[in-house]
Amino acid sequence: MDILLIHLLNALLYASVLFLIAGGLSLIYGVMRIVNLAHGNLYAFGAYVTAWAIGRIIGAGPEASIALYALLPVGALAAGALGAVIEPTLLRPLYNRAEEYQLLITFGLLLILEDLMRLLWGPYPLSVSALYEALGSLHIGESIYPTYNLLVIVIGGVAAAGIWAFVYRTQFGVVLRATSQNMRMASALGVNVNRVYVEAFSLGCFMAGLGGAVVVPQQGAVLGMGVDALILAFVVVVIGGLGSLEGALVGALLVGIVRELGITFFPEIELAVLYLMAAIVLLIRPAGLFGRA
Amino acid sequence: MILLETKQLSKSFGDTHAVDHVDLQVAAGEVLALIGSNGAGKTTLVNLISGLIPLDSGALLFEGADITAASVHHKIELGIARSFQLVNLFDKLTALDNVALTIFSREGKTRRLLSLADHDSVVRREALDILESFGLAPKAQAIAGGLSQGERKLLDVAVAYALRPKLLFLDEPTSGVSTREKAPIMDIITTVVRSHHITAVIIEHDMDVVFTYCPRVVAMHQGRILADGTPDEIRRNEQVTANLLGTQEPA
Amino acid sequence: MSDIVAPRRVVAWSAAVLIALALLPFIVPAYQTVLLSYGLIFAIAALGFNLLLGYTGLLSFGHSAYFGVGAYAVAFVVKYARIDSMEVFLLAGIAGSALVAALFGVLCVRYTRIFFGILTMALSQVLWSLAFKFFWVTGGSDGLRVPTPTLLGGLVRMPTGASEDKLGFLSHHYYYYVLALFALAVALMWVIVHSPFGKALQAIRDNETRAEFVGVQVWHYRWVAFLISGIYTGLAGALWVPLNGLTTPDILHWTFSGKIVFFTVLGGFQTFFGPIVGAVIFNYLETYAVGNTVYWQMVLGVVLVVLVLALPAGIVGTALRLWPRSRKVAVS
Repeated sequence: MDILLIHLLNALLYASVLFLIAGGLSLIYGVMRIVNLAHGNLYAFGAYVTAWAIGRIIGAGPEASIALYALLPVGALAAGALGAVIEPTLLRPLYNRAEEYQLLITFGLLLILEDLMRLLWGPYPLSVSALYEALGSLHIGESIYPTYNLLVIVIGGVAAAGIWAFVYRTQFGVVLRATSQNMRMASALGVNVNRVYVEAFSLGCFMAGLGGAVVVPQQGAVLGMGVDALILAFVVVVIGGLGSLEGALVGALLVGIVRELGITFFPEIELAVLYLMAAIVLLIRPAGLFGRA
Repeated sequence: MILLETKQLSKSFGDTHAVDHVDLQVAAGEVLALIGSNGAGKTTLVNLISGLIPLDSGALLFEGADITAASVHHKIELGIARSFQLVNLFDKLTALDNVALTIFSREGKTRRLLSLADHDSVVRREALDILESFGLAPKAQAIAGGLSQGERKLLDVAVAYALRPKLLFLDEPTSGVSTREKAPIMDIITTVVRSHHITAVIIEHDMDVVFTYCPRVVAMHQGRILADGTPDEIRRNEQVTANLLGTQEPA
Repeated sequence: MSDIVAPRRVVAWSAAVLIALALLPFIVPAYQTVLLSYGLIFAIAALGFNLLLGYTGLLSFGHSAYFGVGAYAVAFVVKYARIDSMEVFLLAGIAGSALVAALFGVLCVRYTRIFFGILTMALSQVLWSLAFKFFWVTGGSDGLRVPTPTLLGGLVRMPTGASEDKLGFLSHHYYYYVLALFALAVALMWVIVHSPFGKALQAIRDNETRAEFVGVQVWHYRWVAFLISGIYTGLAGALWVPLNGLTTPDILHWTFSGKIVFFTVLGGFQTFFGPIVGAVIFNYLETYAVGNTVYWQMVLGVVLVVLVLALPAGIVGTALRLWPRSRKVAVS
């Protein structure tokens, strides 16, 4: 029974991180109709910044102090800030041009960010596993489960609730939704669309960065994690529907569960199972579960 | 002979009944106008018949045969074509290529990848002739994206016409065009349509155009057909004048 | 698409360029000829890639899949059948890439833009990870070696033993083989894009809805374009591997797809010859610059961003706009 619970927790853990990344991607698309091919790299950037920040503090002072957890958001904030720079400089000039250019420029950004991280932090992974172990583990029945994982699940849940509240319960959220539904109308009603766009983009990047930040104590920051994340996020939005936060949540949960099942029973083909699921959804319901056609 | 018949054709978007159980019959060789205020369901009706959007319920018959579930491709093969309100052209191709491509498609020649398109003199000749009948021959080598609005509207119709359809839907062929140009455009269109015995359904807002060129007028309102008759009958119909004509463009 | 000039001038210019290329081994050192071979091979891949991008409006980020399949097919022929005939290599490369392109195409062509791009990227990543997983077949990260092949059914072979001269063989015999195939590939693609089929593709690119409404079955035509595109890129892969001597999973990775995108855009994806020029130039850039910096990807990325923001027509496209004579000619 505990084994089942552990599997469930693992699935939720994976789903939490995936939701943050895919949710960010979907949010940006929902508001701006843009897909940033470098989105995964913002996740990676968040991870690297967090790993670096925590690493510096650990190196300078006391050992893995739990207070360092307060630094986790640093990566997310950095990613959000980077997003705030990217949107006006690289994306805004292309809104009136064919979509290929948008894809091309975000691909260029992907290449730049990959090497930027290599430049700033070197080719070797950064890890802060001390932080991971610092929280110890809980007993679940007869098994042991790292407490940190539960923290991530909680963060994921809080983020989901927070984003939902933000989008559906705040003034900004109303403006966001209006702009996403009808940009021209919103603009005609006095909404500063440029500001909404940059804020939405930053928020999406913030979410991705947060995903990277929470993942760091468990698995460190490593080059290439960005593209892997992008493809996984893509699987999630294929299943859940691009542009829908509920879809990102449901998709992330499904992917988390299926992956956990896959690892348990067919460890060899872990990723293949996910791709297969995405392929099936694409064939049967191309818009995804919650997507707009 | 009844060319097209719709039976209780319906389409809703959420709570809005865009097309509400429409029964319409179009006889072969007719030229009819479809009028109505914005949102009356005219374009939606054409979209349903041509296959751009799926219908919710009802039936569609063409030449007596049921085409309710037919694909767009099949409908084109059967002889149904349409032009678009917001001009839909192949903007980076020349006017000639726009028409020639349509002919290639019609003839099943688009499968050919080892022969040069420009060397097919039969298709080229026909394309030039079509451009000629639409008054666009001087612009044959011009890029479609660079033509004037009036020329683009005409080309849009020419492309639909190049399919040699039996039934042609024209969605606001003179919208966005200056008043001066409207009559010449309609003259060209109706000449072409009449001389080739094409059945035409024209969505129009300009009542002058409607009453001048269309012997039969069908008025729609809120997804339903309000009235169906000659221009005079429509003019005298109180419901039509109350609901529609007040909102149409002035003469 | 704006093509350079009317057919007669195209033929004249092409003939001149071809003659110049044919004389090259007698003018420049062997190393330069081999270097250009790589450029011509990438140009074939670029031509294939641009059939999808420039002419059909589909931007693929996964073309490394077909290049890699072409190369690995050749390596498998060597490894399992112990054949070293270039013609068999080509057949294997074309067959393999055709199969994969047909399969991937079915999945991808229902989508456009973003979905298409990421889907193609994801599929090629799947192949890349398979190359590692099935290391006993593919040689894993070490890859597989491919020896110098015999050409023209064994008629032309590199002498072995004391008089072995690999560089000589590659810079003369193999170079002419590549050049001949390059010329054929260019000619064939020229015909394809100017055929009724090619016009249909461009119609789909310009206006998918209208294309549907003039009777062009969009998915089907996209799929065929995808297939041809994959075969061209697979052919390039098959020509590449004997030159390189070795195939590794790197050429299946998305970064390689990125290079294909890059050099096509560099040359100008809205013209016929742009991708060819871009591929050749990129080849020189990569060869001479890669030694100067580890941060090669960043350089590529920056140039791509600059291209998109400032020079979207690419090198050839921009040159055409500046060349006054080309404005007289009908553009299609």
